[in-house]
Amino acid sequence: MLSRKTGMTVSDWAIYSAVAIVSLIGVLPFVYVLSISFTDPDAYMPFKFYFFPEQWSLKSYRYILSTNSFMNSLMSTAFITVAGTAINLAVTLPFAYGLTKRHVPGYRLIHTMVIITLFFSAGMIPTYLVVRNLGLLNSQWALILSAMTSAWDVVIISTFYQSIPPTLEEAARIDGCNDLGVFLKVALPLSMPVIATFTLFFAVRHWNTYFNALIYISDTKKWTLQLLVKQLVIDADASGVGQSSGNDAAPPQETLRMASVVLSMLPIMCVYPFLQKHFAKGVMIGSVKG
Amino acid sequence: MPEKLNKAFSGMKGIDNLDGGLPMPKAKSSIASRIFSGRYIYLMMLPGMAYFIVFKYAPMWMLGIAFQDYNPFVGMAGSSWVGLKHFISLFQDSYFFIMLRNTLMINILNLIFYFPVPIVLALLLNEVRHEKFKKINQTIFYFPHFLSWVIVASLTYFLLSVDVGAINKALSTMGMPTVSFLSNPKYFWIILTIQSIWKESGWGTIVFLAAIASVDMEQYEAAVIDGAGRFKRILCITLPAIMPTVITLLLLQLGNIASVGFEQVLLMSNPLVNSVAEVFDTYSYRIGIQQSNISFGTAVNIFKGLVGFAFVWTSNRAVKKLGFEGIY
Repeated sequence: MLSRKTGMTVSDWAIYSAVAIVSLIGVLPFVYVLSISFTDPDAYMPFKFYFFPEQWSLKSYRYILSTNSFMNSLMSTAFITVAGTAINLAVTLPFAYGLTKRHVPGYRLIHTMVIITLFFSAGMIPTYLVVRNLGLLNSQWALILSAMTSAWDVVIISTFYQSIPPTLEEAARIDGCNDLGVFLKVALPLSMPVIATFTLFFAVRHWNTYFNALIYISDTKKWTLQLLVKQLVIDADASGVGQSSGNDAAPPQETLRMASVVLSMLPIMCVYPFLQKHFAKGVMIGSVKG
Repeated sequence: MPEKLNKAFSGMKGIDNLDGGLPMPKAKSSIASRIFSGRYIYLMMLPGMAYFIVFKYAPMWMLGIAFQDYNPFVGMAGSSWVGLKHFISLFQDSYFFIMLRNTLMINILNLIFYFPVPIVLALLLNEVRHEKFKKINQTIFYFPHFLSWVIVASLTYFLLSVDVGAINKALSTMGMPTVSFLSNPKYFWIILTIQSIWKESGWGTIVFLAAIASVDMEQYEAAVIDGAGRFKRILCITLPAIMPTVITLLLLQLGNIASVGFEQVLLMSNPLVNSVAEVFDTYSYRIGIQQSNISFGTAVNIFKGLVGFAFVWTSNRAVKKLGFEGIY
């Protein structure tokens, strides 16, 4: 049953179309939200079903980018993401490297301390109290410092460092490097794929922080984008929960809400395709083995 | 005599160090000199250690407040001890069984409906020979994993809400009655499950694809020569090859049965669906942080932590017993 041109069998066609349908399901919500966000708010009719805008316009985006609340939370989130990711890398990479040096006195203690946190965490309230006692409440540093590293990241990166051949490090040591030098000149350059992967992971984690921002940040000027979007979309909608669609209770500015969702995904959408080729490789290094 | 042994022992340690690590210590290296020669390693680990102590272990010490009537103004030292009072009131709380049921139901639905999806998707993707088509679809599959739950919840509202949801708009355009998906307890769990499938199942394929990639191609070639069709090859070669991974992940998933995607539930819950949405974490948040009943909230925290730990530990044991590698 080979079709002459493509060499595809019937089962090939079935599989390809199944995959394409799954992708379509993944993409449809974005297409819907994108197209409404580009609809002219004045021409938008709340009770009509659209899939493509009848009148294109950038008004919603222009309006959102002119509001203080959006710009404030954009700046706040950008700061948390950049500073947080830098600190994540600066703390996690050397720590994970140190954890491969089993001969150093205290290795066992440190390793056990890290592993315990994989299984048991104190939970939100004691952590909240510690953050409060440190005087970090209502500061972006609460979000950055409380997520400085994690046992998972340390274990995965450390497994990668274990795979570096000892002879390479030995060579650097003969050239007169101390442990710090070996880390900077041998281990770090070899771990570029891991660094690329984890830069993406860390950045996405900070950008997406919701719950920590909810409990640590109360000043709306320092709000993160996730908090703002939640308020714009979900709280605005929940206020209408229960009342079935009354004609006069149409929630306003739907195009604005969709535009704000699009804007808050935009950075991830932009960065993602470039880093995507690295992470499938990076995440498998040392994580789950078949 | 023992001293000699000791020396011999430390000498051997020095030889061990040849394959990685520090310049070989002298045969008589004392613990002090070994600590000194590791000084750069300690330096590198210092910030991380500080993090674990301050943000992981100090909170564990703070767990003591679950056995107190914690008063924030006098701190842990000044608050009075009340023993198991808060745990007893948790077990007597009318919400206790509701939370237990919700946690179990959300996890069971996930196991039944979410768990097989990544496996099927990975098998499908593996059959795609056209590299570019495969890459494009993988890129699309993985993407939702990188979105926050706020975004996913927002998309859900845009699709399902009564007033502005696309589905209800389509329904009313066709002259059918609208459905209040988000405020009806009947739909709550299934909406969570669909969200999880949409967000994570593509990402979940990575592990299985890696397992499939390690299969020897010769096996397939031999099977083709023996006249095995595509379906037969999937059934007899690919599926057995990923079985260890499937079992490992299944056990780990079972180990996580005490925890529920907390942000997801918090974002999707509203007063009307509270009876099916409340889980230990959301309760702990509402009581402990929103209502400042810190000690009781912490007790809820501890209970969930202990149950979770027991499950995770047992499942991890089981994974290792079967000869696979656990989570560490």
